[in-house]
Amino acid sequence: MQVSNSQSNTYSDGVIRQFSIMAVVWGVVGMLVGVIIASQLVWPELNLGLQWTSFGRLRPLHTNAVIFAFGGCTLFATSYYIVQRTCHTALFMPKLATFTFWGWQAVIVAAAISLPLGYTQGKEYAELEWPIDLLIAVVWVSYAIVFFGTIGIRRVKHIYVANWFLGAFIIAVALLHIVNSAAMPASFMHSYSAYAGVQDAMVQWWYGHNAVGFFLTAGFLGMMYYFVPKQADRPVYSYSLSIVHFWALIFTYMWAGPHHLHYTALPDWTQSLGMAFSLILLAPSWGGMINGMMTLSGAWHKLRTDPILRFLIVSLSFYGMSTFEGPMMAIKTVNSLSHYTDWTVGHVHSGALGWVGLVSMGSLYYMVPRLFGQKQMHSIKAIELHFWMATVGIVLYIAALWISGVMEGLMWRAINADGTLTYTFVESVKAKQPYYIIRVLGGLLYLGGMIIMLWNVIKTATSGKAATATIPPVAAHA
Amino acid sequence: MSDFTSSFWPMFITVISVGGVIGCALLLWLTSKIKATSPNGDNTNGHVWDENLREMNNPLPRWWVWMFIITIVFSLFYFAAYPAIGTYAGKLGWTQVNQYEKEMEEANKTIAPLYAKFAAMPVEELAVNAEAKAIGERMFMNNCAQCHGSDAHGSRGFPNLTDKDWIYGGSPEKIAETLTNGRVGMMPPMAAAVGTEDDVKNVAHYVLSLSNSDHDATRATAGKEKFAVCAACHGADGTGNQSIGAPNLADNIWLHGAGEEAIIKRIHEGKVNQMPAQGAKFSPEQIHVLAAYVWGLSNNETK
Repeated sequence: MQVSNSQSNTYSDGVIRQFSIMAVVWGVVGMLVGVIIASQLVWPELNLGLQWTSFGRLRPLHTNAVIFAFGGCTLFATSYYIVQRTCHTALFMPKLATFTFWGWQAVIVAAAISLPLGYTQGKEYAELEWPIDLLIAVVWVSYAIVFFGTIGIRRVKHIYVANWFLGAFIIAVALLHIVNSAAMPASFMHSYSAYAGVQDAMVQWWYGHNAVGFFLTAGFLGMMYYFVPKQADRPVYSYSLSIVHFWALIFTYMWAGPHHLHYTALPDWTQSLGMAFSLILLAPSWGGMINGMMTLSGAWHKLRTDPILRFLIVSLSFYGMSTFEGPMMAIKTVNSLSHYTDWTVGHVHSGALGWVGLVSMGSLYYMVPRLFGQKQMHSIKAIELHFWMATVGIVLYIAALWISGVMEGLMWRAINADGTLTYTFVESVKAKQPYYIIRVLGGLLYLGGMIIMLWNVIKTATSGKAATATIPPVAAHA
Repeated sequence: MSDFTSSFWPMFITVISVGGVIGCALLLWLTSKIKATSPNGDNTNGHVWDENLREMNNPLPRWWVWMFIITIVFSLFYFAAYPAIGTYAGKLGWTQVNQYEKEMEEANKTIAPLYAKFAAMPVEELAVNAEAKAIGERMFMNNCAQCHGSDAHGSRGFPNLTDKDWIYGGSPEKIAETLTNGRVGMMPPMAAAVGTEDDVKNVAHYVLSLSNSDHDATRATAGKEKFAVCAACHGADGTGNQSIGAPNLADNIWLHGAGEEAIIKRIHEGKVNQMPAQGAKFSPEQIHVLAAYVWGLSNNETK
């Protein structure tokens, strides 16, 4: 009989269950706020004439809720799941992992209160004021300790590719958050950025673009590298492709921020560098898509019967599409048309709804039954329905905003023979209304799918019970 | 170029950006050689995680490698052609400022004959010229309507342009001057000069009486004497002074709100109000056309 064993022989899955459930809950909340503000753009009366429910206050609430609450909880859940299973060990410092759960929920609640009240640093995707920023930093460092600690106590020699991406995501987000949020507090819930003028803008978009690159891309690629081969039961397509696209991706993303500031006070040379590296970014991005898609070679037929796999693979096609669109929009000539229009918003959502959303849903559908000792989700039909509602919703959403974005871009630049603008700004706003209605419809479908998922997850969780998973023995050649 | 504080930084930028691009090519070349072989001979690299996670040894897709190389080569050419690496200006000599200037110069050249024709016409004639009116309206809608409204009726703080009540004068020349240079209207806080709170209230009633608005006659009489400090700008009869932009108080047009309360607030707080200058945006000939349109808004009965 073993007297003491410092290493547990079961995985620490409690914190993963907590994060998974909250990911779905926050997903519903964040997407609901998204549908509300999309509706406000069509029917401004829905602002209700109250400052707390006005578009300007709710928009950052929407972005923070979907990115950091839904996306964040999914990342925590999946990364804790992946790192344990690919290191064949339980979490390092599981109590600290529990702290990351409660700390992260506190951040989300603080955001949900402070943003409608109007507290903001005025930096996109980094609106939260300094006390909340400090809490984020503490939670994030704890997250890093748990994650890298687990890698440190792994029982296999090689570090699985998913963990490279998750590790890069955790390190980069820490760096981005701390640098961009550097501020001089003026009072409780008020502060001034440490940077001024165009430097502040550049730091902000270095942060902003890499929030996309690391939070919403590298982290979710880590997810993809575990759940796609698992669900397809196929080996990852190419080891060398994962190496080259990993290093190229994390290096190149860091340079691409200036494409958010084309034709501004940012010096020409900085804009040019941002554009060139954005173009180079195409191949590294597609490397991930190819590796995920080709993992299915020999198993394509599974797409017909497996809606979870379909979530994962369709998410990769949206990833490929938006990472083609991104470099294209970073070209100055294209950007001079697309910048400040709905095209940008559509582009972000093809990545956010298509890639981040679908890959999260697929991964959660994979994990949830296993976490609650079930063979599969409560209803496979409901997953099927969710898949189609989400997909149709995305297509409606992005097609509507492509049209309205290109249309308003063309209207803004149309010039008469006498040198005057052909259209007034308000005419371009009016022309967009039908597309905004289609956008609301797309959003409603996407939200509807998410609500079905919430129902399905609750059913699965309540009909099962918290399962203890035993750590399997390490394979011979790992 | 003033972007750099010392000659070190442009060098630093050059080294890391060119080095970064070349580094991508090196990475591609090095990893294309990786060939980890599995003892099992199953075309995987032999590693297994979590029971069934494996990695195949498939080579990099060739089309993908070429796509990567093309973007790398393009970037190097782009660095040579455009400003990108430190202080090097690029072979094409392009800057966003000279692109703007060139486009503006070309556009101005194209439209010059049109406006030259209008420049020779007096405002009175332009105001009834359909072509000039249409141009003026388009300029108005895109540059003036934001504040003055698309019907030019204004709103609180933004003067109505259709009512013949001109703060700085409504002659074509004055309108053109307002458009070109903008205006900054400034009324100082006057309560201290007027006297007690009661005096302020009395003056407010006197002001109201000037336009026969709702007022308390006793207070108005009492305020008349104190109005002397206002008269310095608004005139003894309160009809204003266009040369310094002091509004007429006797015409029942209230730019910053009507009634006792609004007037008392103005006496206490004063007011700074601004119309931004358009001179940098438009040529004098374009201002001429726009002035004619604005003039025509309140002089349309003459046609």
